[in-house]
Parts: sequence; C-alpha cells; structure tokens
Amino acid sequence: MAVVTEEPKAGFRLGMLIYDTRYRSITIQIVVLMLVMLGAAWLIDNLLRNLDALGRGISFGFLWNRAGYDINQTLVEYTNDSSHARATLVGLLNTLLIAVLGCIAATVVGVIAGVLRLSKNWVIARLMTIYVEIFRNIPLLLWILMIYTVFTEALPAPNAFRGDTPAASMVLFDTVAFTNRYTAIPWLIFDRSLGWLPLGPLWLNLDLALILAALVGGFLINRTILRRATRIQEATGLRPTTWWQSLLALFGPIIVVFLALGTHLDSPSLQGFNFTGGLQVSNSLVALWLALTLYTAAFIAEIVRAGINAISRGQSEAAFALGLRPGRTMNLIILPQALRVIIPPLISQYLNLTKNSSLAIAVGYMDLRGTLGGITLNQTGRGLEAMMLLMLIYLIISLLISSAMNVYNNSVKLKER
Amino acid sequence: MNTSTSTFVRTEMLPEQSPPLTEAGAVKWVRENLFSSVLNGILTVLGVAVVAYIIVGIAPWLSRSVWNAGSLSECRQIIAATWGEGVTGACWAVIRERWPQYLFGFYPSHLYWRPVLAFALLVVAVAPVLFDKLPRKMLWFSLVYPAVGFWLLWGGSVWVPVTALAGFAIGYAAAKLIQPVAGTILATIAAVLAPVLWWLFLAGPVADALHSIMPIALQGVRSREFGGFVLAFTIGFTGIAFSLPLGVMLALGRQSDMFIVNKLSVGFIEFIRGVPLITLLFTASLLLNYFLPPGTDFDIILRVIIMVVLFAAAYIAEVVRGGLAALPRGQYEAADALGLDYWKAQRLIIMPQALKISIPGIVSTFIGLFKDTTLVVFVGLLDPLKGITDAVRASTDWKGIYWEPYIFVGAIFFLFCFGMSRYSMYLESKLKTDHR
Repeated sequence: MAVVTEEPKAGFRLGMLIYDTRYRSITIQIVVLMLVMLGAAWLIDNLLRNLDALGRGISFGFLWNRAGYDINQTLVEYTNDSSHARATLVGLLNTLLIAVLGCIAATVVGVIAGVLRLSKNWVIARLMTIYVEIFRNIPLLLWILMIYTVFTEALPAPNAFRGDTPAASMVLFDTVAFTNRYTAIPWLIFDRSLGWLPLGPLWLNLDLALILAALVGGFLINRTILRRATRIQEATGLRPTTWWQSLLALFGPIIVVFLALGTHLDSPSLQGFNFTGGLQVSNSLVALWLALTLYTAAFIAEIVRAGINAISRGQSEAAFALGLRPGRTMNLIILPQALRVIIPPLISQYLNLTKNSSLAIAVGYMDLRGTLGGITLNQTGRGLEAMMLLMLIYLIISLLISSAMNVYNNSVKLKER
Repeated sequence: MNTSTSTFVRTEMLPEQSPPLTEAGAVKWVRENLFSSVLNGILTVLGVAVVAYIIVGIAPWLSRSVWNAGSLSECRQIIAATWGEGVTGACWAVIRERWPQYLFGFYPSHLYWRPVLAFALLVVAVAPVLFDKLPRKMLWFSLVYPAVGFWLLWGGSVWVPVTALAGFAIGYAAAKLIQPVAGTILATIAAVLAPVLWWLFLAGPVADALHSIMPIALQGVRSREFGGFVLAFTIGFTGIAFSLPLGVMLALGRQSDMFIVNKLSVGFIEFIRGVPLITLLFTASLLLNYFLPPGTDFDIILRVIIMVVLFAAAYIAEVVRGGLAALPRGQYEAADALGLDYWKAQRLIIMPQALKISIPGIVSTFIGLFKDTTLVVFVGLLDPLKGITDAVRASTDWKGIYWEPYIFVGAIFFLFCFGMSRYSMYLESKLKTDHR
C-alpha cells in the first residue's frame, strides 16, 4: 500500500508572481496590458482635452453635407451638389478601379517577365534582369512622375492629329490616340442597352451585370464539364474529348449576350480640335496605371522566378520518366507545386499595389485619398474623422484581400500527417 | 599478340580534329543561347530591336550633354550653337548648379561641413556592423554614433545628446548595483525604469545646468531646413537602425504563447500593414497634435521617422516571423533541453538562425523603407525627388526642365538600393552553412 504523503503546501508569496513560471506569464501579461491601457488612456485624454480646447467633438455628420467640388473621373453619378459621402464613394471606386486594372496588368507582365528571365535566351534573360533591377531599386514615385511627365510633356496635343500631314498619328490601326491631355481608346457601345437599375444609392448597370453573369455562368458550366470528364476518366480510364465543349461553354454565353445587346466598337475620331467617340481616359489614370503595373510587375517577376526555381529538378525529371509530355508536366506537376510558393507573396503584392495607388495624389488622380483624405478633409477641417474613415476603408480592403489569401493557403496546404 | 598481322587495326591515334564550325566558339554560343529554336530566334530579334530602339532614342540626346550653363535657356542656346538648331540635348548643368540643394536642401550653406562629417562618421560607424573583419572595438563608436550624428545634424547644446546617452549608462549601472542585492529580474526592471525616469524628469534640467556651466554648442538647424539627400539619408538610416529591433520584438510577440501579448502584436502589425504609408505620414503631420498634451510642438522629422519606423517594423516582424516558423521545431526543443531560459534560447539558438533565413526579406524591407523616404514630400518636407526638383523648377532659370533631375535622383537611389541588395547576397553566401 502506497503511503500517501501530503504535499507540502507552500503559501503564496508575492515573489512567486515573478519567479514561479506558473504565474510569471500572467504577471507579464497583466503588466503589459496595464501599460498599454495607460498609454491609450493618456492619448485619449489628450485627444478629448484638445477637442475641448477647439470646441468641437467627433462627428461624422459632415459626410452628408454638400461636397461642392468636381471630380474629373467618376464611375458613378456625381455632381458637386452630391454629398461628401458620395465623393468618398467615387474615390473608393476610383481606387478599386486602378487597383484591379493594375493587378491584372501587373500579373500578366510579371509572369511573362519572370518566365523570360529564366529563359535560356541570353539576350532576353539579361534584358529582363535589367528591367527587374531597375524598377525594383528606384522609388515608385519617380516612375509615376516620370511616366506622367512623358504623357503631359512629350506627347502631341489633340490638334496635332489634324490636317493632311498631321504631326502625330494614331496607333494600333488608327484606334488609339495618345495625346497630352487624354488617351482616346475604342469602347463598346450597346445598341440595345438595358440601362440602369436603381438600387438604393447605387445604380446597377444592367449591361455590365449581364456580361459578368455570362462570364461566371460560362466558367461554372465549363467546370461541370471538366468534372464530368474526370469522373468518366476515373471510372473507365478514358478521358472524353472536351475541348470544344469547353470553348462553347466559356465563350458561347458571352457572345450571345454581346449579340443580344447589339454590341459594336466605337473608335475615337477627330472632330475639330478634339477626339470624339470611344472613351477618353485621363492621363493621370493611364500614367498611374502604367507606373504601378511596371513597378509591381518587377516584384511579381521575382516571385514567379523564385517559385519556379523552388521546384527541384527531380520533379520534372520524374514526370518525364513517367512519360508525361512537357505541357502536361507543367500543368500537372510543376505549376501546382510552384503556385503554392507563388500565390501568397503574389497576393501581398496585390495588397501593396492597392496601397501604393494612394500615390495617385502625385498626378492628381482622384482616388480615395484625393477625395476623402484630400479635398473633403481640407474643406470640412474634419481631419481626425476623415483620416480615421480613410484608414478604416484601407484596412477593410487589406483584410478582405488577406483573408482571401488565407482561404487559398488553407486549400493548398500540404496535408501532412 | 597479333597486332602486326591485322592490317585493319590502327596503331596510332588520329590527330584531334577541330570541331565543326557550327559547334565551336562564337557560332556555337550564338546557336545555343540566341537561336536554339524559332521562338528563341524571334525573341532575340525582338529584344535586340527594343534595345536598339531605346539606344537610338536616347543616345543622341545624351551625347549632346551640356554641363556648364546658368539656366535652361542658356543650355538650349549652347546646344543650338554647338549641334545646330532644332536638336535636343541633355542639360546636366541643372545638377551642377543646384548640386548643394540636391544634397542639403535649405541647410545653411556655411554649415555644409556638418552633414558631410556626419555622413563620413556614419560610414565609419556602419562599417564594423557590415563587415566582421574590421576590429570589434569599432562597434563602441557605432553605439555612440546616433548621438554624434544627431548633434552634428541638428546642432544645439552638446549636453542634450550626452545626457541622452547617459541614460543608457545609468540603466547599466542600476542593473549592476541591484543584481547582487535583489536578483536578476529586479535588476532588469531597474535597468529599464531608471533610464526612463532619467529621460523623463532629470535629463532636461541636467543638460540645461551643464550647458550653463560649460556652454559647448553648435548653431542649431531647424528641421524645416533639412532637404535633399541629407533628409532621405537621415530618415532612411534612422528608420533602418530602429525598425529592426522593434520588428524582432514584434515578431517574438506574435509568436508568443501569452494571449494578450500575442493579440496586441497581431493587432498592431495587421493595422500598420493594412494602411498605406501616406496615411500614416498624414496622421503624423496633421493629427499627432490631437493626441499629445496641448501646446506640445513636436519635431516634424522626428514624427516622420517614428511613423516610418513603425511601418517598417511591422513588415520586418512578418519577415522574421517567417524565419521563426521556418526553423525546425527541434531547435526550440533542443534549447529547452539544454535548460536555456527564453531570452538565452532566443539569443543563442533561435535568432541567429531565424535572422539568417530572413536576411533577404529584411533587406528588401530596408530597400522599401529607403525608397519610401521620397513620400515625405506629401507632408511638406523637401525630399530630393519631388520636393527639391519642384523647388528647382519653380525658379525662372530652370522652369521646364524635367528629365535630368529625375534621371539624376533615380540613379542615386538605384545605386544605394542596388548596393543594399548586393550586400544582402554577400551576407547570405557568407552565412551559408549548409553544404548543398
């Protein structure tokens, strides 16, 4: 029979809070929390006293006042009679527009540059190295200013395109004109447009919605077809031919929608001193977009190169030993593994691009910072509120993007046991 | 042996033949590296065409460079006189004329020796940190340098930086005194508390008193007079020096098991990483006064530096966290098994390895920080890229000059950032211990 000895009961001493590992972490945490709260209390106390001295509190009521300023590029309806909240929305949409355009273009350029940098072609590999190093090591602000200067200083005025022997000519089969005030590009015109659907403060463009629906629908149908093919392959060993079904599913709906809407391209043409027709994109947008694209693409190129290099040669050799052709080796062996390395830093580059788009201030592109954090702030004098709102919106965008990254990371994580 | 009877067997080796023309020398190299396939051939031609196009576009402009002129119109006259009417040329004279402004901004011109000396001493201070072949004693100077640099750049009484430095000595002395009496932990607390109390309550009066006894001072320079590359380097190097330790602490906080510490670190890092640096700089310049006691006036460069440090520290924390996560679990367990406490384990086992893994990420964060110093133009400081260039262009002499300043400033930034990335490669290869 075991003798149960009473454990010596040590009384709690104050020193145990520090020297006993059971309590130490709690002690540290409480001290840290107290310090942080003291600091926060000090800041808030100062804030309240300062606001008192100025004789005003914190209020977001200014958002519903008349904005009274014009914005040169608006994606939704806006006049200078609209409210500051509306101006904020216009700015937010402009930020998102440049971010989405920039992300798409930067991915395309970056992937191409990254792959070409690994090419065995001496000239191309060196060229891409030079491109990547130059753009990575020079501040983005310089690229934005420089490209903007190219547009405003070196390009011809719209009236230089006039006359029998014009000083300037349009490019890309006379469809695109670069001028020192805007870039005129062709644009889609819908003869049988569905118009706008009022939806609270926003108006929904039905044409755009229909096109998006057709794209997503086609994508979903294509996925079903491919899944079915894989099922048949797993059951019988033979994969049915699906390429024409896929083509039909991906492009059929969108072509039908375009035809139904009566779509045709409207090219810009010179009328008098200016271009009419098509779409006139402001140079600040084009310059900002180009600079963000080229700058971010240099970083993406490095990410792509590192990702492909991270896959050991043994993987592709094993695939060749199994008798897979190069295309399938890339699709089935290399890319799935490389993407796992590439995607997380790629998405953080998207995040960087979105945040860097706030440099729009340098070229006068009215993004979120230009409207809410710029003119609205200056007109209302509500610096604190405007800045808080601005940070909050950027924070939400960032958190959305990074949570998308987490979802992806979890879905491709190696299932280790 | 029947070699003599068999007529068909050759008895001596044939002389070595030179390889066919297409398989040797330049031809082979060109075939393999430039025209190995149709696609590669097309790419090569395209690449060469692009290079040629750029060279043809820029070379004539560059070749017509003017270095001596007082204004843009004089520049154009010289170009027209030398190379004929209607041609364009580069007018580097603007760099030559406005060189001091690009370097020093509106720093008083008779005090230019101070930033120059500060930069020279900076090189001395940084060298032993970068290259471990230099004598280790030099690190003492590196530790004192921040105070020296501050005094040289801003001037004022010498006792301000001296009393600031004294805080560290006081902390060390307090720890040494208390350690034998009350143990390590109380000594650590004293080492933190004593300097803080010193800086908050005693340093100012003591500096004043010492100054009245022995007035050694340099002429003070206000922050608004800083500009150009002096400004960029001040912000850049201070940011680099302070963001690394802070970033490491944040990374440790994020990896910590302690709930509150962990959540505070995560919250801070995610907030800073989620907003653009510009908004933080605006907060520093516009809103910081709201959060400080009424009537406080806070140096603008210091505010900007604080924001830049916080910004870079959050990014470094994420990089270091990646390094910490990449360490095999066994390293942590081995440190525990050796009986090392948390800080010893971090100092001797974990950090040397984690930091080594994170070198590329840390250096690219530093490069980013240095490039981001150009953004201070948006809070009214004169950065070399836009602030100074706009100031130069505002004068009637240089109105309308665009490319030369941009190319010049870009080249300087490229030099330093490229240098940093090369140094990180050197460091990586030096610290590489695996033999793969």
